[in-house]
This record gives sequence, C-alpha cells and structure tokens, in this order.
Amino acid sequence: MIRLVFLGLLADLAGAAEIVLDINEPTPLDELIAMLEESLAAALRGAKVKLALNGALVARAGLVAASGDELAFLPPVSGG
Amino acid sequence: MDSDVRLLLDPFDPGAELSAFAAAHPHSGGIASFIGQVREGGGVEALELSHYPPMTLPGMQALAADARARWVLDGLLIVHRSGVMFPGDPIVLIAAAARHRRDAFAAADFAMDHLKSNAWFWKREKADGQWRWIEPRDQDHADLARWT
Repeated sequence: MIRLVFLGLLADLAGAAEIVLDINEPTPLDELIAMLEESLAAALRGAKVKLALNGALVARAGLVAASGDELAFLPPVSGG
Repeated sequence: MDSDVRLLLDPFDPGAELSAFAAAHPHSGGIASFIGQVREGGGVEALELSHYPPMTLPGMQALAADARARWVLDGLLIVHRSGVMFPGDPIVLIAAAARHRRDAFAAADFAMDHLKSNAWFWKREKADGQWRWIEPRDQDHADLARWT
C-alpha cells in the first residue's frame, strides 16, 4: 500500500488528510494521481505543489512510489 | 549552547519563555526577540496552523542551524505553534542571544522571514464562520529574498 498525505488546502479538496491506496507495485506519480477524483488530481498536478517521499523533498519528474512509501503533497506554505 | 527549537500544539507564554531564555544566557550582552500573535479585528475568529510532522520540526532545526552558522550567537530560541488559535494568542516566538546586538537582531529577522514563507506550515483563517487558506503575500517572498 502507498499512503498519500495532503497538506493545507489539498486536505480540504481530498476530504481527508490522507488516502491509502492498496497498491503493491512500484507506481509512477502520474498513475497514482490519475486514480484520484479529478478536481483533486488537477490540484495535485499544480506547479506550486511540492512533493515529499518519506519525509524528504523529491522532484516530480520520474517519481515512482513503492509499497510502504508515504508520498506527501505540499501546497505553498504560510507560517508565523 | 544548542538551539532550543520547539513545535507546540498547546498555548504558551512568550513572556515566561523569554525570561527563562535571558536567565539562561547571563553572559550575552543583548537578546533580540520577536513575538507573532493572532491579530484582532477584520472579523477574524480563529486561525489554524497545520504542519507535517516528518518535515516541520526538522525544517525548523535546520533553520536554527543556518542562523547559527551566519551569525555569532550565544543562544537561539524558536517556538512555533500549530493547531487552532484565537485573537491575541501567541503564534511564534524567536529570541537570539548574542554578545553584540547586530547579530541578535539579524538572526531573529532572518529566522522570522523564513518561518513566514519557507517553513512547513499551512495557515487558514476563520472569518464570518468560513475558513479560508492563507498564502504568503508577495511582501513575504520579497522579505525572504533579502537573505539569499
């Protein structure tokens, strides 16, 4: 299984802070996103959304997630 | 001395934190501090900050290390809330202790600019019963760019 985590606005769009996909094969990012509801998928494809795989920032290009991975979608931040 | 970096889920008392920090650094000639609090007015009823545990505190610790590498500090305190807050509640406290005040001022300024638009927090505001997500202002990005 692959755990998708949504932060900020994306959690509202997903209707949950995380979605667990019952997938055991290594799966490219595009295929993972395509499994989700279309308005959420469109937001996740946004250029401002950064990605973290198991807690480390990763590039979008060529990203593949495997079983046991946690993939987080991080929209623009705002603290303080 | 190590930096004191904390991510808190409950309210805190910046005055008490600052007093303790000053007491812990008796040899520092100056301490510069900044307190960010939930602004009253504009119909804002509440503010909520969310964070991502695998990244938020490690990112704050890296920020503290970066500040320590840039300026000569005796100590650095970074406290940041997550969760729901109300007008008047403290959100963030930065304190930098140094032998010379310029280092303390600059380090606190640097840390605050980074927490504002380059740390793993997401902020939303409740006004008139509606939650609205807040993105950094252009000014926040311009402030951050001063340090690069």
